[in-house]
Amino acid sequence: MMYDWLYQFTGSSILAMFIVSLLPLFVFILPFALFAVLMERKVSAHMQDRLGPMRVGYHGILQTVADIIKLLQKEDIVAAATDKNLFNLAPVLVFIGSYAAFAAIPFSGVFIGSQIELGLIYIVAVTGLVVAGILMAGWASNNKYSLLGAMRAAAQIISYEIPTLLIILTIIMITGTVSLYTLSEMQTAYFWNWLILGGPETGIQKILFIPLMMAGFLIIYISTLAEVNRTPFDIPEAESELVSGYHTEYSGMKFAMFFLAEYANMFAVSAIVSAIFFGGYQSPFGYLGSALNLPWLIPIEQFSWFTAKGLFFIFVQMWLRWTLPRFRVDQLMEFCWKYLIPMAFVILLLVGLITVL
Amino acid sequence: MALKTEEMVLNMGPQHPSTHGVLRLELQLDGEIISDVIPHIGYLHRCFEKHCEAMTYPQVIPYTDRMDYLASMYNEFGYAIAVEKLMNIQVPERVEYIRVIMGELQRIASHLVALGTYGADLGAFTPFLFCFRDRERILHLFEITCGARLLYNYIWIGGLSHDLHPDFIRLTKEFIKEFRPNLKELNELLSYNKIFIDRTAHVGVLPAEAAINYGITGPNLRASGVKWDLRRDDPYSVYHKFDFEIPVGSGEKGKTGDCWDRYFIRVLEMEQSLKIIEQAIDQIPDGDISSAIPKRVKPPEGQVYARVENPRGELGYFIISDGSVNPYRIKVRAPSFVNLAVMGELCKGHMIADVVAILGSIDIVLGEIDR
Repeated sequence: MMYDWLYQFTGSSILAMFIVSLLPLFVFILPFALFAVLMERKVSAHMQDRLGPMRVGYHGILQTVADIIKLLQKEDIVAAATDKNLFNLAPVLVFIGSYAAFAAIPFSGVFIGSQIELGLIYIVAVTGLVVAGILMAGWASNNKYSLLGAMRAAAQIISYEIPTLLIILTIIMITGTVSLYTLSEMQTAYFWNWLILGGPETGIQKILFIPLMMAGFLIIYISTLAEVNRTPFDIPEAESELVSGYHTEYSGMKFAMFFLAEYANMFAVSAIVSAIFFGGYQSPFGYLGSALNLPWLIPIEQFSWFTAKGLFFIFVQMWLRWTLPRFRVDQLMEFCWKYLIPMAFVILLLVGLITVL
Repeated sequence: MALKTEEMVLNMGPQHPSTHGVLRLELQLDGEIISDVIPHIGYLHRCFEKHCEAMTYPQVIPYTDRMDYLASMYNEFGYAIAVEKLMNIQVPERVEYIRVIMGELQRIASHLVALGTYGADLGAFTPFLFCFRDRERILHLFEITCGARLLYNYIWIGGLSHDLHPDFIRLTKEFIKEFRPNLKELNELLSYNKIFIDRTAHVGVLPAEAAINYGITGPNLRASGVKWDLRRDDPYSVYHKFDFEIPVGSGEKGKTGDCWDRYFIRVLEMEQSLKIIEQAIDQIPDGDISSAIPKRVKPPEGQVYARVENPRGELGYFIISDGSVNPYRIKVRAPSFVNLAVMGELCKGHMIADVVAILGSIDIVLGEIDR
């Protein structure tokens, strides 16, 4: 959609493609990551009776900018015993993995990087690259802490992808689509059309879906939390045990890449959750643009709604992080295999039964 | 073909975020399972005991501060008692009361650090800052009294360096009033958190018998269910005048003597300390705090062993005097040093994450271990 418009506008398919693929990075991910890091520090500070950064700019709003500049200036240290090629490739791979997911995320009705039919499946697949990057980083660092962190990360991310996929499968069964755009369009108009409240169906089916969808939302939220390595599932980075896991040996811009990827990933999973269950970019109570007859206002409103929803879920992630202690690695696996996966299966079966009947 | 596997040796520390200083643990790992732990100490060794032989008795006091730097007041307390015993000095009543108040405030401050860092070790960062916020108020009380926040040089042989600040009593009462709800909040946030209990209950269980055999003292011993507290069982100073209980571990969430018990015993002890401080503040007599301070500290020939219940266990001073102004020999029985010995026994068969949990629950201070 975006691409078509740009193609007409510039008349060059390469230029249009270029702009479309870079737009999310410069318009969204970088500013977002800057903002999210600041938000994390402010949220944690206020939860802990502190003020957080206060010196750089008003209430410290320029703190992360200053941090990034500092990171850019830092010497890029590559330890002598590392596997240089893999070591250099790993942060790029991790970043690509989380960045590529943004291609299929519908920010609004007109702003989608690429409107792939298999959107959801694509995102799940492409974020799998992150695991390879993390394993690579852990192995190439030639550091025991990094290796342990990487092994844990791989085990954790792969395990938690199963409940995520099972819930996504349930959604496919209900809606019959894998495209995030179609999913969002289905949940249009008012908030009772959101899938968390049973979706656009009517009657008994909708009522039966509500508890299942709520449970499904909880499962997918918990497992995405684990996939992005946030507390209480931040075992791969477990600062107090593994120093900082797979990125212990990284410094300067390479470390910043991991950092950026983490925050980009946080938004990506929040975006998926809100696109699946909370209507994506749809407003919960209709649009100001259609009421005032200003059609150009609608995409802006949609974009704001989408960002607001995403930020809300990120806020919840931060809230959890600064409240809960961390699981142990075996408890984490137990939680996934003994509770989340069976529950996801039950939901899948029940939804199947309801849709058939 | 059988896959070749071998054990991995992992060096934990001395530069590691959760070894509580410069402790180095050599871990033998089978995957993530610990098969052996060897603690290596000495990175903070400052020759405390040898130094003392070249100094006069009062000059030793600032050095005792630097042993267990989280419980400096109590180190001075123990040393003062030892030298007073050696010289047969009778200390004024008011001084004893102030010493007890300071000692118990120090116990709370020390336990707050222990609990806060324990939470941080397990990934909960917020309780850490809550604990430090409360500890800050205690440090403020110390600061208005003697001017220092960490290393006080406050309790002198036969007396104190300063009398209480006029605001001290009022501020302490305010602190107690506001600290009780904070303690409750800490319990809600951390102690009874499901994940926290999962991480600590049934982990690193130390049976009472093993604890006694290893010579464990203090909260770690009481967590194993042994009711032994020097304040009650070998009373010194004016502790016999106060009414307080000695909490022991009961295995409420897991087994008696597990990490959760060792953690929670400290929460309970803080409540008892508050109780002691309240009573001491109400009963504190007037008097001169410097009347018994000797002009020249020159104990008669002889030797003495005095022990006190430091926040970490039994802190003992063994002093030999040859009749001169310098001690002939000072030996310290440091509770952290003795408690650390049980580490290897507790860790076997657990995972790496549990090493952090167990080490944190033993609550060591490296300054005291290495001296």
